[in-house]
Amino acid sequence: MSTPQIEIQLIAVVVAIACAIPGVFLVLRKMALISDAISHSILPGIVLGFLITHDLNSPLLILFAAIFGVITVVLVEAIQKTGLVKEDTAIGLVFPVLFSIGVLLIAKNANDVHLDIDAVLLGELAFAPFDRLLIGDQDFGTKSLWVMGTILISTCILLFMFFKELKVSTFDAGLSSALGFSPIVLHYGLMSVSSITVVGAFDAVGAILVVALMIAPAAAAYLLTSNLKKMMILSILFGIISALGGYWLAHFLDASISGSITTILGILFLIVYLTAPKKGLISVLIMHRQQKKEVMLLTFMLHLNNHTETTERHINHLNEHINWHKINSKKILDLALKNNLILINNEIVSLTDKGQEFTNLAIDYIVTNTDEKIEHMKDDFFLFRG
Amino acid sequence: MSFSEYFSLLFSDYTLRTISLGTALLGAICGMLGSFAVLRKQSLLGDAISHAALPGIALAFLITGAKDSNVLLLGALVSGLIGTFWIRSMVSKTHLKSDTALGLVLSLFFGFGMLLLTFIQKQPNANQAGLDKYLFGQAATLIEKDVQILLLVTTASLFILLLFWKEFKILLFDVEYANTLGFNTKLLDILITFLIVLAIVLGLQTVGVVLMSAMLLAPAAAARQWTNKLSVMVGLAAVFGAFSGVVGTAISASQNNLSTGPVIVLIAGCIVFISFIFSHKRGLLLREYKFLQNRRELHHNKTLLFMYDIAKDHTNIGHPHAIKILNNFHGFTVKTLKQLETKGFILVSGQDWSLTEKGYHHATSMFKKNEIENVNTTN
Repeated sequence: MSTPQIEIQLIAVVVAIACAIPGVFLVLRKMALISDAISHSILPGIVLGFLITHDLNSPLLILFAAIFGVITVVLVEAIQKTGLVKEDTAIGLVFPVLFSIGVLLIAKNANDVHLDIDAVLLGELAFAPFDRLLIGDQDFGTKSLWVMGTILISTCILLFMFFKELKVSTFDAGLSSALGFSPIVLHYGLMSVSSITVVGAFDAVGAILVVALMIAPAAAAYLLTSNLKKMMILSILFGIISALGGYWLAHFLDASISGSITTILGILFLIVYLTAPKKGLISVLIMHRQQKKEVMLLTFMLHLNNHTETTERHINHLNEHINWHKINSKKILDLALKNNLILINNEIVSLTDKGQEFTNLAIDYIVTNTDEKIEHMKDDFFLFRG
Repeated sequence: MSFSEYFSLLFSDYTLRTISLGTALLGAICGMLGSFAVLRKQSLLGDAISHAALPGIALAFLITGAKDSNVLLLGALVSGLIGTFWIRSMVSKTHLKSDTALGLVLSLFFGFGMLLLTFIQKQPNANQAGLDKYLFGQAATLIEKDVQILLLVTTASLFILLLFWKEFKILLFDVEYANTLGFNTKLLDILITFLIVLAIVLGLQTVGVVLMSAMLLAPAAAARQWTNKLSVMVGLAAVFGAFSGVVGTAISASQNNLSTGPVIVLIAGCIVFISFIFSHKRGLLLREYKFLQNRRELHHNKTLLFMYDIAKDHTNIGHPHAIKILNNFHGFTVKTLKQLETKGFILVSGQDWSLTEKGYHHATSMFKKNEIENVNTTN
């Protein structure tokens, strides 16, 4: 590996970590789309900064962009407060308008300069190593690495300082303000950090990858754990894996690095989405099926409990009475038999003592209707689940 | 080219007419279907779907190798629909919220699309140039065939909307009720979503990925301010959309270096801004005016009640009192006195005021109402 290669991977990893940290909180606070809005609406800030300084490398650009990021948040909230439209509509109105202003500013004033919308939106990590931080004649490494490193370190410091405040205000805004931590201050703090991260990162990797790096690792981690610390560690890990994997995919395909990193992120998320234990799609579908079957079993037991006459309890009668298909009813019968809940004598079905007890408890449940109880009950009575 | 020149050219110049017609149609269909998106709280669907369409375009190009815009749009439609239904399933099956699902589909699909686009650019195929017009949109590339498709889709969706009008309406406002009435809500849902995705995909070529969401949202959000009736809202939104399309095209054609998409979006944004402020139903100006009016009313009533307190112990309610005794009462000004006089509640003569019959009655009824309310709240 040559030095630029290592540098690119290093930048990608630093960006991934810097994005993952605020991303976790954005996802938990249901504000994931703010990152998308910010990443677009900072364009006029960059253009204004450029028009003032006439230098694409001026730190003023980043400052202006960050200011526009915060302006976006303020505008969205102001529109939302009027109550005329919903929050998502407010976001959807603000950022295209700001982005349009940026595009037109470029078209009108800076057409002859190299300030491409393509570059702003998509970024090109492959060129990052050529942009070096020179002090005097001394080469201090790539500039993006310095910028993102600074942002990452400040984010980490802020995170360690305000971790418990952030945690409390994310999960219980009321409790947080009762304890004296203003949710508004924390909200704007988080927004400022996110918008600075977006600004710093998109220079290197482009607006869309920033959004992907903020949302996808956090969303995947959210499907795997309900513990905030574990979620942060997992999402940082996902970020790093996709940053490195993406770089090599791009290397192999000779395609855009941002695009490849996003693709790897997508594949990672898809795998987690499908296979995550408990919250993944497959386990959710299995659980739905299981619950459906168990509800049917319950209906069946209640029916048996209600009828003492043998005609009502004849196997053939059940099919038409509860209106199930043959296969379904056979499955339910098997399940009930396996669990020792019923007895079949001469094609007449009757409840066992255990079945009777279960049914009584189930009726009790239906009357009192507390959700946890039924799962608990199933654990007690079922040897085999549906 | 000046602005008036544009309008004269509109009738003679073929290209300009095609483009204006195209943007107008696009604005109309986006406004129409956007109303449904906004009311269904799917405002940002447009943003997600327009991004999600990109890999479809790239894949369609990779498979067919041709740059026929219909084939590319078909690819965009398919990948947009996949994106939409993935968002749906994420929200309904897992505990990820809709904002996360939208953001995920938006960024992951778009990133994958970028990977494909850069991959295509490295391929030895001369046809590849111009694929990126779908990123930022170029209304100037609209040709008659595109306008015909737009016209076809607009008419078709208008027809479907009219055909299933009451079904869509009930689906919007009360899904459960629609279900109990026996409507197939799932199918209706898929139908309207399909139409919205179709409109988004058609807009890509003209306004591009980023600005598409505003095309869908802005006319509908503006129309919402003027009415509470669905049919009026849909109609108004279509008009607003078409208007911003035409005016945006006109402005961008009359200036150098102005791309059409952003100008259209800015016009639509202005319409929203104006609607927010000046709407006769929910506008901010009206709200402020009502607020001030209420406050003034409250001042008058307070002053009148205070006067009533003084006057009620007298046998002759019209007995004049010095204005001076009002001095230790806050909220009274010379202006309120004058306004009360014009309402006919009091008479002012020199340094004295007296309650009129009308003012006394008004104050009594107000006083009684206050009493009843007090009793109600203490109970």
